[in-house]
Amino acid sequence: MTPPEPLAPAAPAAPDPLRIDPDLVEGILSRFLVEEVTKVGFQRVVIGLSGGVDSALACWLAARALGPGQVLAVCLPYRASDPRSLEDARQVVAVTGVSSRTLDISPQIDAYFAAVPTDDRRRRGNKLARERMTVLYDLSLAESALVLGTSNKTELLLGYGTVFGDLASALNPLGDLYKTQVFQLAAHARLPPAVLAKAPSADLFRGQSDEADLGFSYACADRLLYHLVDERRTVAECLELGFAADLVASVRQRIRHNQFKRRLPLIAKLSARTIDCDFRYPRDWGR
Amino acid sequence: MAPPRLVVTCLQTAPRLGDLGANLAELADLIAQAVAGGAHLVITPELSCTGYFLRDLVPEVAVAVDGDELGQLARAAGDGLALVGAVVESSDHLFHNAAVLVGQGSVRVVHRKVYLPTYGLFDEQRYLAAGDRFEVVAIPGSGGSFWRVGLCICEDLWHPSAPWLLSLQRMDLLVCPSASPGRGVRAGLGGLGSATSYQAMTRTYAELLTCFVAHCNRVGYEDGVGFWGGSRVLGPDGEPVAGPLGADRGALTAVLERGHLRRARIAFPLLRDERVEVTRSGLDRLGARAGVPE
Repeated sequence: MTPPEPLAPAAPAAPDPLRIDPDLVEGILSRFLVEEVTKVGFQRVVIGLSGGVDSALACWLAARALGPGQVLAVCLPYRASDPRSLEDARQVVAVTGVSSRTLDISPQIDAYFAAVPTDDRRRRGNKLARERMTVLYDLSLAESALVLGTSNKTELLLGYGTVFGDLASALNPLGDLYKTQVFQLAAHARLPPAVLAKAPSADLFRGQSDEADLGFSYACADRLLYHLVDERRTVAECLELGFAADLVASVRQRIRHNQFKRRLPLIAKLSARTIDCDFRYPRDWGR
Repeated sequence: MAPPRLVVTCLQTAPRLGDLGANLAELADLIAQAVAGGAHLVITPELSCTGYFLRDLVPEVAVAVDGDELGQLARAAGDGLALVGAVVESSDHLFHNAAVLVGQGSVRVVHRKVYLPTYGLFDEQRYLAAGDRFEVVAIPGSGGSFWRVGLCICEDLWHPSAPWLLSLQRMDLLVCPSASPGRGVRAGLGGLGSATSYQAMTRTYAELLTCFVAHCNRVGYEDGVGFWGGSRVLGPDGEPVAGPLGADRGALTAVLERGHLRRARIAFPLLRDERVEVTRSGLDRLGARAGVPE
């Protein structure tokens, strides 16, 4: 028996609110890079290339916006880093045409931990991230190139980054894109399949996985963050949408606990006008 | 005699934030070029003399209505008129986000922004004083025509009472200088969220108030916030007359024809049929309760 004709076409599925218009985003970010780099008197950027999707995408955007010759990608492996990370980073260099350098940071890291031994993975990971930052800022001066940040909105909100390490940069084209949106733009950019396919990892120790560290998937976290942050939905509304109570609690706590990573250091107020309090000038002052 | 027309040029600029001298010099050149090219009215974006996210720079870039800075732009406009965006300081030291009509040797009209957004990424009420009125100004076009122009600066346009009050003063052309930040990149919207909102508003006002609408938005970036441009001019039927421009610096010229207004108001006599007394009596009945939650 043939099924009856439906009386009305099925309602279309609700559009995914995290689905971005990649051409539109690429245009906005390209103009952002050109304007915010050149208006402060620079032409070039320097970027730490990890082999992961965030830095690969930032590198691709910078190469498209500023020209590959204006981008210096720096690979900064440690002896315990996954060797595939360096291979993937080199593929990104090849497809974007940017100039690159590789500097092994093992000697200085090992020298430090020989003097101050620890097995604490967080301390060791933070040290790696901060060492990479100091190299990038040194090359920034040497090369007259601004340091390009690669932290995405998910990481910034959850505090999944090292303060004064990978969170440090002069400007960041990815900071208002959730991780799943980074993947959408990376697919649009046709980044190397190995970069697109692998599980996100800070690669601070062997076998590390972002999602294992966080305890939830990016797909799930991004949807929840969108509802909590962008839509300003209440906890009760998020629970009604079907998010698990422990996930909502965990994500809210991470956002709150990591607010310090998103602000300048606190300054004790004494005068009538205190920097970052009531001395309020735009960064692009006179630009 | 020349046909009754108004030639309007929108200058889609990217002001340097807080650099009054550089912006005045650029505007003077561009305004002089546009007037030399035949524009009766040159429109520039909101705060075109100063940039938008000024914060504590507001008093540092403020100008007096009768000061040299606006005088420089009035001279640049020659026999034409130019609408420029400036922070105007009153004699009692209040600072207003203003659209200033200059030309023919002097400052002609100052519209002080009435609705100062202080939400989301906006913080205008912290730094600026609000205006208190919407009034049209008559400016000359060709063929002995005069055009009644109403001004709404950016957020003013988001309050329908503003263009409606101007319409009641027989507005022919609604001019909206803006510094609208781009935001909303969801797929399937057909463009930026903030751009689609403006496109819907300007079209709706043009059609419902049967007037021309000129929207002059800025471009460039300030502290990472991009302004999306998209300046355009619509006819009194809601259809585009010129533009839109893209997201880069540029200029857009539109020739507004009196006959276009006439045809639109014959087809849709909405102005004629407006029942102001119904609104007035409704407001009277509401009395002090108007706009106040129950």
